[in-house]
Amino acid sequence: MTLINPVKQTGIAKFGTGYLMPGAVLFVLLLCLPVITLLVLALGGTLDSFRHIATTVLPSAGLTTIVLMIGVGLMTALIGTLSAWLITFFDFPFKHLLKWALMLPLAVPTYISAYTFVEFFSYTGSMQELVRTLGGYTSARDYWFPDIRSLAGTIFVLGIVLYPYVYLSVRALFMLQGSSIPDSARILGAGHIRLFIRITLPLARPAIILGVSLAMMETINDIGAVEYLGTRTLTFSVFSVWLNQSDLAGAAQIAIFLLLLVAILVFIENLSRGARRYHKTRTSSEQGFNPRRLKGATALVATVSCFLPVLIGFGIPVLILSEFAIKDIDQLLSPSLLEAIATTVLLGLVAASLAVLGGLLLSLALRAKPGRMNILMVRLASLGYAVPGTLIAIGVFIPLAAFDNALDGILRQTVGISTGLLLTGSGTALIFAYIVRFMAMAEGSLENGLSKISPNLDMAARSLGRSRFKVVTQVLLPMMRPAIASAALLVFVDVVKELSATILLRPFGMNTLATNVYDFASQGRVEDGALACLIIICIGILPVVLLSRNKSG
Amino acid sequence: MPISSPVLKSALFAVATSIATPAMSAETVNIYSYRQADLIAPLLEAFTKETGIKTKVQFLKKGMVEKLKAEGKNSPADVILTVDIGRLSEITNSGLTQQISNDNIDGNIPESFRDPSGNWFGLTMRGRVVYASKDRVSQDTITYEELADPKWKGKICTRSGQHAYNIALIASMIANKGEEFTETWLTGVKNNLARKPNGNDRAQAKGIFSGECDLGLGNTYYVGLMQNNEKDPEQKEWANSMKVLFPNTEERGTHVNLSGMALAKHAPNKDAALKLMEFLSSGKAQELYAEVVHEYPLKEGTKPSATVAGFGKIKPDTLSLDAIAKLRKKASQLVDKVGYDKGPAS
Repeated sequence: MTLINPVKQTGIAKFGTGYLMPGAVLFVLLLCLPVITLLVLALGGTLDSFRHIATTVLPSAGLTTIVLMIGVGLMTALIGTLSAWLITFFDFPFKHLLKWALMLPLAVPTYISAYTFVEFFSYTGSMQELVRTLGGYTSARDYWFPDIRSLAGTIFVLGIVLYPYVYLSVRALFMLQGSSIPDSARILGAGHIRLFIRITLPLARPAIILGVSLAMMETINDIGAVEYLGTRTLTFSVFSVWLNQSDLAGAAQIAIFLLLLVAILVFIENLSRGARRYHKTRTSSEQGFNPRRLKGATALVATVSCFLPVLIGFGIPVLILSEFAIKDIDQLLSPSLLEAIATTVLLGLVAASLAVLGGLLLSLALRAKPGRMNILMVRLASLGYAVPGTLIAIGVFIPLAAFDNALDGILRQTVGISTGLLLTGSGTALIFAYIVRFMAMAEGSLENGLSKISPNLDMAARSLGRSRFKVVTQVLLPMMRPAIASAALLVFVDVVKELSATILLRPFGMNTLATNVYDFASQGRVEDGALACLIIICIGILPVVLLSRNKSG
Repeated sequence: MPISSPVLKSALFAVATSIATPAMSAETVNIYSYRQADLIAPLLEAFTKETGIKTKVQFLKKGMVEKLKAEGKNSPADVILTVDIGRLSEITNSGLTQQISNDNIDGNIPESFRDPSGNWFGLTMRGRVVYASKDRVSQDTITYEELADPKWKGKICTRSGQHAYNIALIASMIANKGEEFTETWLTGVKNNLARKPNGNDRAQAKGIFSGECDLGLGNTYYVGLMQNNEKDPEQKEWANSMKVLFPNTEERGTHVNLSGMALAKHAPNKDAALKLMEFLSSGKAQELYAEVVHEYPLKEGTKPSATVAGFGKIKPDTLSLDAIAKLRKKASQLVDKVGYDKGPAS
């Protein structure tokens, strides 16, 4: 059986055809439900509106979106790779603190970073106050200062909180490779910079692309930051077409166009992933890692380079928010805020665990049957990540509410029981939307983790008499613990930050921290939601702290 | 690690939540609101105090129409509160409301602020006015048309042209002066912009304070909210650096917009909902609401907040609000067409 074609089939292959694959297919179909709904909506549009969209909206908003994506991509690639390289291969002051601190900006939602950066860099902010004091100016017309509410400003605001995606994936890859290749190169006489450009960078390419594509997808579907900064992206147009032109079909058409952009991204990412595969046979390849100690000015440069992204991406938002939150500190224990915290954490935990289960199903099925069609199928499951949350919500709500009403109708007629809005009236629809939105994070990390475990191990375990099921539970799952933890962490943090889908799908009367912030932000009173903002950030960094204590990497 | 216990919890959660909650007793009114919950809280508290009926609010800005449609006859919504005529008529036109005829409400709210077919009525009104720098703008009257005059080149600030408030204003211009005139006018305003449209109405006041702009477009109530902002007193300075000009007072009047309410088609608690609607149309509630949100109450004989009264008298454009609602799509497409949100041509 497995020995006949050891390249294509692994030790869990039979298990794959038996249970995993059919399960995975069903699961992917379920995940595609919202996108299919959007497709149907898009097809219902009129030709007239489509002409308006194609001629006036798509060209300019499309260009803005592409420039924004490239900008954010370059910025995150630069900061993420450089910091991961410094942290992994060198020793310098505060390195062990910075190693974890570099992840912190990920906890800051983009709508919050946009707001705080405007506060900080705009005319009345601290930065320009300093410029005016130093230069003796009295009005905005007396001097020039870069406008944060511009395309370049938006790239900056998004890039500085999204770079940790690249940092995380690149660092994980460096750790995995160990230092043997760079060490050999060094012995052969390569300098640090040359080593970085010729050896390290090419080896890290798949990880850079994975991180960058996550950051780009976040950029594509972002509405909070671009709306606040006045950057007219495609996602922004989705909302103006839908809400002002009462044209949901047109909005769905733009969303489908967005999906095409993402499909291209995913395709590129896939190419790079397919090109190289790395496996590890030991559970830890961190042995024998000996980072070079930096001294003097170089050490200072390294410390500052890693400290700056943390200071800007995390320090500024927290500082600005704290200034407002301190005035509301007495409300910290108010019942409504406590309830919002509990709801948010519960939603995050449930969605994270279910997403991990789903991600395991997909990644194990793919390991068992790594055919081209199956890869494509699993990629379909990630599409939701690129669709703006509100549209996912609409795509979830319409079919589920139809189901609810049909079920209610049937049960009323037959047994006289009313089930009401069973799925959409409870948190079920919301949890489902989270899983659709964030499956890319869960599946991506799990697949990544799984790909590093050599298929030989599956077969070895099989030949030692373990059943296929036990290969999964006793061999693969324990080895995947770090990947499972990071998948759960990424989904949890994203759910805590999620706003658009939550607003529309939450059961009547339910409030989360993000909706609490939104209540104020939509009145232009973010300062009143500062406390909730800070709690979101704190919950977001909690898993980072936990992870840092469990792992000594 | 993170598997076993969260899974257990998720199972519990699923069980707990799948027991649907139709537990809306006759003593509760469910409100779907475009207006933030805390702004209407004082009103609703007064209502509960007077009638013993409780209220529950869901704040929702995007997708309310789709949500109501999909929920169908199982929708928990009793009443719908909106802050803009566009949304009000959109919900009515989608067949999501029901007609009411109530002598108390009809007596409280003037006919021009009620739907002729009885599907909605207004609660409060505000003007879309010009904010002008006290230091740099000497004139005390202005028209919307004048904003396209090249003498204001590089001096005007507004929020996005795609925002509902600007859409309604542009739609009123189309209704009054025709589409062709409006396109030329909007291009003129665009060329006079000091910066790319961004932020909310308050950000335009801030722009006047900082010297980036001389004129801004904004709603009356933001000035009230800024002048009374104890939390962020800096905003008082923004508001004090500018004066409120009511455009077109000499002729057709200033463009106004409504906040209003409607009874949901499948309202499960119709009687309680009607009591709430009656209450909100009463003079007492109107003045209370006006005090909190700094809008103009609609019932005759009621007064706006002291701050708003201080702006002077408003003469509202009598154009039918329905006409404005019908032209919203055209207005939004015009904003795309002239590239308003791209800002001034450099």
